[in-house]
Amino acid sequence: MSALAMDAAGPAASGPRAVDEHEHGATKRIIVGYGFWIFLISDIIMFAAFFAAYAVLTDSTAAGPSRRDLFEIRTVAIETACLLTSSLFCGLAGIGATYRERRLFYAGMAITFVLGAAFLFLELREFAGLIARGAGPGRSAFLSAFFALIGCHGIHVTAGLMWLLTMVAQVFAKGFRDDVLRRMLCFGLFWHTLDIIWVALFSLVYLVGVSR
Amino acid sequence: MWGRLNWSAIPFDQPIVMVASSVVGLGILAVLAWIFHKGYLPYLWREWLTSVDHKRIGVMYAVLALVMLLRGFADALLMRSQQAVALNAPGYLPPEHYDQIFSAHGTMMIFFVAMPFMIGLMNFVVPLQLGSRDVAFPTLNSVGFWLTASGALLVNISLVVGEFARTGWLPYPPLSELAYSPGVGVDYYLWALQISGVGSLLSGINLVTTVLKVRAPGMDYLRMPMFCWTTLASNLLIVAAFPILTATFAMLLLDRYLGFHFFTNEAGGNVMMFMNLIWAWGHPEVYILVLPAFGIFSEVFSTFSGKPLFGYRSMVVATMAICILAFMVWLHHFFTMGAGANVNAIFGIATMIIAVPTGVKIFNWLFTMYGGRVVFSSPLLWALGFVVTFVIGGMTGVLMAVPPADFVLHNSLFLVAHFHNVIIGGVLFGAFAGYTYWFPKAFGFRLHEGLGKAAFWFWTIGFYVAFMPLYWLGLQGMTRRMQHYEVAAWQPWLLLAAVGAALILVGIVLQVVQLFYSIRHRAELRDDSGDPWNGRSLEWSTASPPPMFNFAVFPHVDGADAYWAAKRGEREKASLGPEPAYADIEMPRNSATGFICAFFATIMGFALIWHIWWLVGCAFVGAFATFVVLAWRDESELTVSADTLAGLDRIHRSARAAFLQKQATS
Repeated sequence: MSALAMDAAGPAASGPRAVDEHEHGATKRIIVGYGFWIFLISDIIMFAAFFAAYAVLTDSTAAGPSRRDLFEIRTVAIETACLLTSSLFCGLAGIGATYRERRLFYAGMAITFVLGAAFLFLELREFAGLIARGAGPGRSAFLSAFFALIGCHGIHVTAGLMWLLTMVAQVFAKGFRDDVLRRMLCFGLFWHTLDIIWVALFSLVYLVGVSR
Repeated sequence: MWGRLNWSAIPFDQPIVMVASSVVGLGILAVLAWIFHKGYLPYLWREWLTSVDHKRIGVMYAVLALVMLLRGFADALLMRSQQAVALNAPGYLPPEHYDQIFSAHGTMMIFFVAMPFMIGLMNFVVPLQLGSRDVAFPTLNSVGFWLTASGALLVNISLVVGEFARTGWLPYPPLSELAYSPGVGVDYYLWALQISGVGSLLSGINLVTTVLKVRAPGMDYLRMPMFCWTTLASNLLIVAAFPILTATFAMLLLDRYLGFHFFTNEAGGNVMMFMNLIWAWGHPEVYILVLPAFGIFSEVFSTFSGKPLFGYRSMVVATMAICILAFMVWLHHFFTMGAGANVNAIFGIATMIIAVPTGVKIFNWLFTMYGGRVVFSSPLLWALGFVVTFVIGGMTGVLMAVPPADFVLHNSLFLVAHFHNVIIGGVLFGAFAGYTYWFPKAFGFRLHEGLGKAAFWFWTIGFYVAFMPLYWLGLQGMTRRMQHYEVAAWQPWLLLAAVGAALILVGIVLQVVQLFYSIRHRAELRDDSGDPWNGRSLEWSTASPPPMFNFAVFPHVDGADAYWAAKRGEREKASLGPEPAYADIEMPRNSATGFICAFFATIMGFALIWHIWWLVGCAFVGAFATFVVLAWRDESELTVSADTLAGLDRIHRSARAAFLQKQATS
C-alpha cells in the first residue's frame, strides 16, 4: 500500500527533487496539492449548504410531485456507474502522467471525458424529462432545492470536462512539464471529489428519496 | 441588445446622486489625467497592477480599503444628517434613496473596507513575519485582489447606472425577492459580492497554505508571531464560511433569475432558511474581521511595552477557541425567529461563552503592558482605545445574548450601536494601528506622529459622541433604518450623534492630511534601520521597504520573538556576524492575469445584472482564455542572482551595523 502510494505520488515528489528552493522541504508539488485540498474542502462546504437547503425543503412540495413520484433509480444508477468508472480512468491517466506515458494518459483522459459527458447527458435528460412533466425547479421549493443541488454538481462536472480538455491540450503542447504535472494532480483530486460528492447525492437524495 | 439597460437607468432627476457621481467621476478622470501626464502608467502597470509581490498586493488592498472608507463614511454622514433633521419632516433624502444609502454603507464598510484592510495587512505582513519570500500562490493572490476590486467597482457603478439594493446590508427575503425588489439593486449587490467573495476565498486558501506550509526553517507553530496565528484562524474561517455565503447568494440569484422558490413566500419557500444560512456565514465573518485585529494589537502591545506577549500559549488557545465557537452562535442574530426557549437558550449561552476567550485576550494584553517600558506611540494609543471601547461593545453584546433582552433590543439602534462599537473599536482601530505600525516597513518612512495622535483622539471621542446616544435611543425604542420619525425626544440625541460623526470626519481629514504631510516630509521621517519601533518579529529584520525577495537568505529561527533574540545576540557580540553565503533564487514573474481576469469579471457581473446575455458569454470566454494563456506560459519564474542579493543585502547590513554602533555608543 505504501509503495503504491509512493508510486502514485510519483517521481516528481521523491528523490533529490524533493528538496528544492522552498524551505524545510515543502516542495511546490506539496504546496500546490495542499492548497488545492483546502479549496476542495471549501467546495465541499458549499455543497453542504445546498444539502442543508435540500434537507430543509425536501417536503415542501407545494402539493406538487414528491421525491417518490419523480426519481427513476435505474437511470441514476447508470449515471453513477459512469461517474465512478470515470474516476478509475482518471486515476489511470494520472499514473500515465506521472510516468510520462503519453498513450496511457491520453487514453485515460479520453475515456474519462466520454464517461463524464455520458453522465452529464443522462443528467440533463433527467432534468428535461422532469421539466416536461411540469416538475421544473419553479414548481415547488423541494424541486428548487433538488435542481440546485444536482445542478451544482452538474456544473462542477461541466467545469471538470473543460478543465480536462485544457489539460490534454497542455500535455499535447507542453509535454509533462512540472507545472503541468502539478495541475494534473489537482485535476485528479477535483475529479475524485466530484465522485465523493456524487456518492452522497446518490445516497441521500436518490436512494433515500425512493425508499420512503 | 442591451438587456434591461437604457438611458432611464441613469438618475438624471436626482441632483444629489448626479452631483456626487460627477464629482467622483471628475476626481477619477483627474487622477488618470495626472498619471498619463506624468507618464506613470508603464510604471504602475509593471510594478503594481501586474505585480504578484505579496507586499505590493497588500498595499493595494489597503489603498482600496481607505478609498472605500471615504465612500462609506460619506454615506454615514448622509444618514446622520438626514436623521438629525427628519423629525416630523421628510428630510432631504427621499426614502428610496435613503434605503440605498444605508444598504450601501453596510455593504461597503464590511466587504470593501474591513475585509480588504485586514486581508491587505495579512498579505503584507505574514510572509515577512514567517521569514518567507512570498505567499504560497502569488499569482492567485493577485487574482484575489483584483476580483475584490472588481466587486467594489460594481457597487460604485450602481451609484450612477441603475440603483443599489434597498434591503439593508444583508438582503433579507422576501423583500429581496423579485416580487418586492424588481429593480437591479439587489442584483448589483449579489453579483458584486459573488465576485469579491471568490476573491476572499482565494486569499483565504492562499494564506492558510502560506502559514501552514511556507515558513522559514525553525519557524515552528509555537514560535510564530501572534499575528500569524490570528491570520491562520481568520483564514480558516474564510475557507469554512465564504462558501456558505456563495451558496446562499446563489440560491437567491436562482430565485430572482430563474424563478426558483428557495426563499419566496410561495410554493413552499422558506424565508427563515435564508437567515440561518446567511448568519452561518455572517457570524464567523465577524471573527474573520476581528481576529486579525487581535493579532495586530498583540504585536503592538508587545512591541511598545518592550516585552514578549504575556500568555502567548493561552492566546493561541483562545484564538483557536474563538475560531471554533464562531460557528456555534449564528442563531443569536434572530432570536426573535421563534425557534423556542431551549434553542434560544443554547445559542444565548454559547454566545456568552465567547466572552471567555476574548476576556483571556484582554487580560493578556493588559499584563503584557504591566511592568513594561510602555511607549505611548500612536499604534499603542489605537490599541488602548480598542481595549476600552471593545470591552464596552463586548458587554453590550453579552447583554443582547440574553434572549429576553434581545426581544426588546432586536433591530433597535441599541444593536446598531453595539456592532459599531465592536467593529469600529475592534476592527477599524486595529486596522489603523496596523496601518501606522507597518507603514514604515512598507515605505521606509514613518507617518507623522502628532497628526496620528490627533486623528486618534478625534476618532475616539467622535466615536463615543456618535454611538453612545444610539444605545440610549435603542433603549427608548427607536428602530434602525428610519428615514423619518415623530418622537421629539429622540432628536437631541440624534443631533448629538451627528456631532459625533462630524468629529470622526475631523479625524479622517487629519488622517488624510497625515498621509500627504508624511509623504512630503518623508526625508525627515525616514527610517534606515528597517526597525523603527525596536520590533520583535522577523519583518523588522529586513530593509524598509523590503526587497522583492524579502530576505536575501532565509532567517534561521530558534525561538519566539526571533528578531529580538537575534538583536540581543548582535548587541552582545557588538557585531552582525559574518556575511551569509548568497545563492541564486527564483521569484515568480509578474502576471497580468489577475487584472485582466477581473476586467472580464466586472463586465460579466455588469452584463448579468442587466441581462445582457451575449456579453456574459463573451466575458466568460475572455476570462477562461486569460487563464489558458497563463497556463501556457513557459517561464513562470525569474532568477535573482546571488550578486544582486548580496548587493542589496550589503546596503541593509551596513545600515544595521551603523544602527548597532549608534546603540552601543549611546
